[in-house]
Amino acid sequence: MGAQLRIYRRRMRSVKATKKITRAMELISASRIVKAQQRVAASSPYSNELTNAVSAVANHSNTVHPLTFAAINPKRAAVLIITADRGMAGAYSNAAIKEGDLLISNLRGRGLEVDAYLVGRKAINFYRFRNREIANSWSGFSDNPTFENAREVSENLITAFLTDSGENKNGVDELHIIYTQFKSMITQLPVGDQLLPLAKSENHDAEQAAGDHKVMAMYEFESSAEGVLNALLPRYVEARVFNAMLQSAASEHAARRRAMKSATDNADELIKSLTRLANAARQAEITQEISEIVGGADALASASAGSE
Amino acid sequence: MATLTVEVVSPEKRVFSGEATMVSARTLDGDIGILPDHISLLGVLVPGVVTVKAADGTTSDFDMTGGFISVNKNRVSILGEQAQA
Repeated sequence: MGAQLRIYRRRMRSVKATKKITRAMELISASRIVKAQQRVAASSPYSNELTNAVSAVANHSNTVHPLTFAAINPKRAAVLIITADRGMAGAYSNAAIKEGDLLISNLRGRGLEVDAYLVGRKAINFYRFRNREIANSWSGFSDNPTFENAREVSENLITAFLTDSGENKNGVDELHIIYTQFKSMITQLPVGDQLLPLAKSENHDAEQAAGDHKVMAMYEFESSAEGVLNALLPRYVEARVFNAMLQSAASEHAARRRAMKSATDNADELIKSLTRLANAARQAEITQEISEIVGGADALASASAGSE
Repeated sequence: MATLTVEVVSPEKRVFSGEATMVSARTLDGDIGILPDHISLLGVLVPGVVTVKAADGTTSDFDMTGGFISVNKNRVSILGEQAQA
């Protein structure tokens, strides 16, 4: 067997092995998307009810509370960026990081200092490599987050939010979150949301969804509006962070499935063209051998004819 | 008679959903019972049991480690941190 042919065969073997791996990853991700999607669906009633409750208090009490009132002179903002732990998911993590950069430069434009809170090894490595400051980071659960994970992250954010930004360098006045919204199997969108203080538009939407304003006007708080807000704030952040994590996990699986599907398709293409090249090399080898034999026989015949 | 639409949800899933005639829960101020046409209310739950008397006569108890109860126009939502039937 000729050298050229051997090289082609070796490359085909390696591409086939890679194809098996990418194919397996594609199937694994495909099966996990469904589960991740179900978890998003299962967690949304809680998240929605809580958002309704928060906007109810916000709209029906005059209590001044950090949950609903923006700081008059905000100094710092926290940005939570949710990415994947592992790669092989196309542009998934990078898209979220870029969205984060956009938000951070917007906040800086408003004169705020920005603390970065990161979830997922991809974001952590990205920030470390560029020597950017990280306020806090978590990793190891991006593809299957539990409520405990969300609680741990939220606790840090809430502590920072409730710390006065004027006196303490760790305190922040605003909480933002960057996650990848799972719209469908084929569309995932990195989005930035303001968690705290409550964005006005969100209040407004919830109000409209709740119906007639006048009927809502009477509201009883057990024990007091302020007590309820104090208890609501951490739960609200937890629920939003948890929901964002679950959506990101579903998006991660979807992105990985798509990336692995195109990798498998590309491997097929490669194998096809390598097969053609290998066939051509084999035929060239045969042709060469025939012409060598014919040429050799010719030479032999003319040599023996000349000697007579 | 009007009935209450009750939802009991935990962060991870919906635990209960259905029509009920009465809901009782323990809030910071003490036990409260919710009947149809209750005033809009938002309360903080303390660890205890939430009882839902369903429209078909059955009663379900949920162990709560804390959470919220929200009542608005005959819609009762109970948000538990860890709601268990």
